[in-house]
Amino acid sequence: MRRSREDRIAGGVAAAVATRFGRDVMLVRILFALAALLTVGMPLYVVMWLLLPMEGDDGSIAARALKDRRGIGQAIALATLLAAVFVIISLLGAGWANGYAWAIVISAAGLVLIWRNASAEEQVLLRQEAEPLMALTSHNRRKATLVRIAVALALVIAGLSILLSGHVGVATLRPLGGLILVVAAIVILLGPWWLRVARDLMLERQARARAEERTEIAARVHDSVLQTLALIQRNADQPAEVVKLARAQERELRSWLFEGRAPGEAHGESTTIAQGIRQIQQDVEERHGVPVEAITVGDCELDDQLKALLAAAREATVNAAKWSGAEVVSVFAEVEPDEVSVYVRDRGRGFDPAEVPQDRKGLAESVQARMTRRGGTAVVRSVKDEGTEVTLRMPRTTGPRQPSRA
Amino acid sequence: MTGPRVFIVDDHGLFRAGVRSEIGDHVEVIGEADDVQPAIAKIGELLPDVVLLDVHLPSGGGQAVVSSVKADHPEVKFLALSASDAPEDVIAAVRAGARGYVTKTISTGELVDAIRRVADGDAVFSPMLAGFVLDAFSTLPGAEVAERPSFDPELDQLTSREREVLRLIARGYTYKEIARELFISVKTVEHHVSSVLRKLQLSTRHQLTRWATERRLT
Repeated sequence: MRRSREDRIAGGVAAAVATRFGRDVMLVRILFALAALLTVGMPLYVVMWLLLPMEGDDGSIAARALKDRRGIGQAIALATLLAAVFVIISLLGAGWANGYAWAIVISAAGLVLIWRNASAEEQVLLRQEAEPLMALTSHNRRKATLVRIAVALALVIAGLSILLSGHVGVATLRPLGGLILVVAAIVILLGPWWLRVARDLMLERQARARAEERTEIAARVHDSVLQTLALIQRNADQPAEVVKLARAQERELRSWLFEGRAPGEAHGESTTIAQGIRQIQQDVEERHGVPVEAITVGDCELDDQLKALLAAAREATVNAAKWSGAEVVSVFAEVEPDEVSVYVRDRGRGFDPAEVPQDRKGLAESVQARMTRRGGTAVVRSVKDEGTEVTLRMPRTTGPRQPSRA
Repeated sequence: MTGPRVFIVDDHGLFRAGVRSEIGDHVEVIGEADDVQPAIAKIGELLPDVVLLDVHLPSGGGQAVVSSVKADHPEVKFLALSASDAPEDVIAAVRAGARGYVTKTISTGELVDAIRRVADGDAVFSPMLAGFVLDAFSTLPGAEVAERPSFDPELDQLTSREREVLRLIARGYTYKEIARELFISVKTVEHHVSSVLRKLQLSTRHQLTRWATERRLT
C-alpha cells in the first residue's frame, strides 16, 4: 500500500486505501470524515500517513521520524500540553470534550512528526494547507482573513451555544441547527483557501503532464534528428551522403508528425498501394541515394496482382535510380475503380531500346514478364538524353477504391 | 534586372537568405518579413508582384496574410511555399487565394519559373498538389454528394482534359512536356491549370470544404 502522489488532499492516504480495496477515493474520504466525527478517523489517518510510504519513495515518514530526536521531544511536549488543557476543560465541567481528547492529542503529536520529517515536496503541500494560519501574519490578505475569522468565530460560538444548550432544551432540531452553524463557520473560514489548494493541485498536475510530454518529444528529437545532424556534420565533405541522410531524416520526421508513426517503428509488410509506394520510395532513397518524389492518388488493399504491380514498380524505380543519372525519380500511382496504374519517370540519359545490349535487358524483360503474367501491361518509353518513363497498368478485381488521405 | 518584384514571407531567416541569394539574379527581391502582421504591413506598402509565402508562420497560417492583403490589394499574387506537404495546409493557402503551391525542396530554376508564371497570372501546381486535387475531386462511387451544391455544378468536377493535365503534372511533367504529350499549346495547358485552380478555390465539394472548415476558412 502506497500513498498517492497525485490524488491527494492531505497525505494521499485515502487514495492508498481506495486503490488497495478497489473503491472510489471519494467514498473512502467520506468514510474518513465520518470516522473523524466518531473520534477514530483523525488519529487513524495521521498514523497511516506516518506509516505508509509514498509512491516512489522507499521509506515511510515514521522510519525517518524515529531518528528525529528533537521532533519526538516536541511531539511529546505538545501532547502533554494538550492533555493538560483537556484535563482543565473537563475540570471546568465541559465533560463532552474528553471523548475527543485522546484523538486530538495523538493527531497533533503525529502531525508534528509529519511536519518535521515529510519529504521536501510534501512539505510544500503542507505549507499550503497551513496557509490560513500563516495568512494572519502576512499583511496583504490580513484584513480579509480577520473578517473571515471573526464571522466564523461568531458562527462557531452561536452554534456551540445552541449545541450545548441542546440537552437542556426540548426541541431535537436545535442541535441540528447548531451543527449547521458550525459547518457554515468552517466553510467560511476554510472554503476560499481550500479552493485555492485544489486549483493549485490541478495546475501542478497539468504542469507535470506537460513536462512529461516535453521530455518524450525531446527524447525522440534526440534519438533521430540530433543524431542525423551529428552524422551530417561528420560527412560534410560528401554531398551525396549528406543529401541521403537529410532525406531519410525528413521522411522519418514527416511520418511521425503527419502520420503519427514513431521513428524507428517497424513498418512491417505493406498492405495497401500507398504504403507500398512509400516503402519503395524509402528503400530506393536509402540504397541508391537518389530522391524519389512519390505521389499516390486513391488507395486500396493489396492482392496478388497488385503485389506483382508493386514489385514491377520497385524494379523500374531502382533501375531509374541506378542507371539514368537523373537527379530525381518521379513515381505516380493512381487507383481507379477498374485499374491501378503506376508511372515511373526520370529525366536522365535515356536509351534507345534497340541499342540496349542483350545482357542488360533486365528492365524490359523482367518488368514486362511480371506484368503480363498477371494480366497487366508495361510500356517503356525512352528518348535518348531526355529520359525514360515506365507505365504499368494492372486491372483490379477486388475491393473498393478508398480516398488516400481521408 | 527587370524580373517580377518579389516579397518573401518566411519565419526562418536562413531560408529567406537562401532563397534570396538563389533567385536574386533572376527576379527583384524587394523585401521580406518573418510573421503575419509585419508581412501584411510591408506588403501593403511595397506592393510586390508576387509574394512567396510560407504556409506555416509563428502566429498562424499563411492564409491570414493572403486574405488580409487580397482585401485591399487584389492585384498582389501569392505563391505558397511549404515544407509540410500536409494537404489541409496547402488547400487552405490555395483557397485563401494563393495562385499556386510548391515545396521547399524545389530547384532554383523551377522556383524562378513558378514565380514568373504566377506573376503572369497563371497557376502553379506542384506534383504533390496535383495529386491532392485529383484525390479530392475523384468520383467516389455513391459516396460523393456535395453537402451544399455550388451554384455552378461544373465547379464540383474536373473535365477529363483537366484530369489528364493534373495527372501529367503529378507524373513530373513540365508544362512544355505536357503540351507536347497532349498535342496542345503551353497556353492551353496554363488555361487548364488556372481553371482547376478556380474550381479549387470556389468549389464546395465535401472534401475541400472539410479541409477548409478545419482551418476556419469558409
